[in-house]
Amino acid sequence: MKFKGKTWKFGHDIDTDAIIPARYLNTTDAKELASHCMEDSDPKFASEVKPGDIIAAGKNFGCGSSREHAPLAIKAAGVSCVIAHSFARIFYRNAFNMGLPILECPEGAERIQTADELQIDLDSGVINNLTRNETYRVEAVPPFMQKLLAAGGLMEYVREQMLENKE
Amino acid sequence: MPKTMSEKILADHAGKAEVFPQDLVEVRIDFALGNDITAPLAIEAFRRTGAKKVFDRERISLVPDHFVPNKDIASAVQAQMVREFAKEFDLPYYFEVGRMGIEHALLPEQGLVLPGDVVIGADSHTCTYGALGAFATGVGSTDLAAAMIMGRIWFKVPPSMKFTFSGKLRPWVGGKDLILYTIGQIGVDGARYRAMEFEGETIDSLPMADRFSMCNMAIEAGAKVGIIAPDSTTEEYVKNRAKRPYKFYRSDPDAVYEAIYEWDISELEPVVALPHSPQNTKQVTEMPPTPIDQVVIGSCTNGRLEDLRMAARVMKGRKVARGVRCIVIPATQQIYMEAMEEGLLETFIEAQAAVSTPTCGPCLGGYMGILAPGESAVATTNRNFVGRMGHVESKVYLSNPAVAAASAILGRIGHPEEVLS
Repeated sequence: MKFKGKTWKFGHDIDTDAIIPARYLNTTDAKELASHCMEDSDPKFASEVKPGDIIAAGKNFGCGSSREHAPLAIKAAGVSCVIAHSFARIFYRNAFNMGLPILECPEGAERIQTADELQIDLDSGVINNLTRNETYRVEAVPPFMQKLLAAGGLMEYVREQMLENKE
Repeated sequence: MPKTMSEKILADHAGKAEVFPQDLVEVRIDFALGNDITAPLAIEAFRRTGAKKVFDRERISLVPDHFVPNKDIASAVQAQMVREFAKEFDLPYYFEVGRMGIEHALLPEQGLVLPGDVVIGADSHTCTYGALGAFATGVGSTDLAAAMIMGRIWFKVPPSMKFTFSGKLRPWVGGKDLILYTIGQIGVDGARYRAMEFEGETIDSLPMADRFSMCNMAIEAGAKVGIIAPDSTTEEYVKNRAKRPYKFYRSDPDAVYEAIYEWDISELEPVVALPHSPQNTKQVTEMPPTPIDQVVIGSCTNGRLEDLRMAARVMKGRKVARGVRCIVIPATQQIYMEAMEEGLLETFIEAQAAVSTPTCGPCLGGYMGILAPGESAVATTNRNFVGRMGHVESKVYLSNPAVAAASAILGRIGHPEEVLS
């Protein structure tokens, strides 16, 4: 998978209340959630984010609650990929389970700034910063997680297992 | 090889002789849960697979507790979806309004989550059950959906960190203060992906309510689980509640830990976490004068009977300061009933506090106590992120129930001794 887009940069410890405040959790509608994405951190984000844009952030992105509405809101906002120094563990699982590409890249997370144009190749694990003319390498996705992604997310993997168990 | 209790529980549930940190393992789960916010997404995912049955109807609990009694039409629709799913699959541990409580107080109380279990919950505070010596962790809705079908889940085995507490606790200091102190020391990602094991003479003497408060907030340090070895206190708590057999696991003395912290807490005063992070801690005696508008006593962290008793001891015969709203929320119906029988509710109402039916409500800015711009609250809850309890320009200070009660009386953040002296 390859992406190209403009970056929105956020800081450390971006919590799930910042990604999607709990006051909007009375719905599971992805578009509705997307319209409030990052609202309390950057009120302009939801209205100005373009399909394919990329989020870059510091340490512990997605900390706090287990709400899957957080990666769902980001995905539905059109964000192609999240790059962070590190991710909180539940957010990390949730993103893989629902097919939102995320990359742990401390170097990139530090160097990349808002509005930088990035080109990302997930398969080779390379981020090209076209604005700064820099390249960052990303840690490989663990084989089991690759299996999940190849199946199309956790539920597709489960469906395959259900079929196997029937046979 | 010597092992930590987390590694032993995971190995047994994976059907392996032993597991090592960073191994990816697929484990059998003993119990799974979801609530009115997370279960709807799980139910949608469940239905998309075409699954016709759950792995075990007696090992799944759905607890509407976040936005119920329904706060608005949209949440009523979500609660309805959970109710209908529970009915369709005949789930005995669906807890309706009137029977429900805050999930992490309710499930241990009902003996549904037990020592030695692997528990997953679509709620980050599922780690609370580590207080029983269970490997319990929060996951997302898709993981819950998969687990409801398969009865299994994949985990990366976490490295363990050991936190040893020694010394006798000062008056008005408890489990909440120990965990806030810990998070203040290691930071909100200080235990990211790790198992936090709490032990030592101070922990040995802690009642279950305080142990639950500690493990509840392990997630606030980024941990996968917070866990305490079961002992006679645990046995006393579970023996008459357990709905299934259970097993005590303990870490080997020479088990491998990634980090070991040893703290003497005999001088520790009650701890407050200042806006906007649980790691932003001060002892209450070091706090600058801080006027408040609201106090919330309750939540999965501190809504248990022992918490209410502590708050009532401070508030007995006194009145909430003018200009302050104090909201008390017993975490389950049983706690509500016991608090009534002990006269605690009378104490709160005479003090002019509002007493609510069990709900997570204000903790996550849902309802039942939302803050206006510029307002500050002291809460016995677990998070004080920007906008957590309401407007983005409001502030939340986290504390134990005695400090929250004292602050309600004083109209500013203060030590219980200031009220009682």
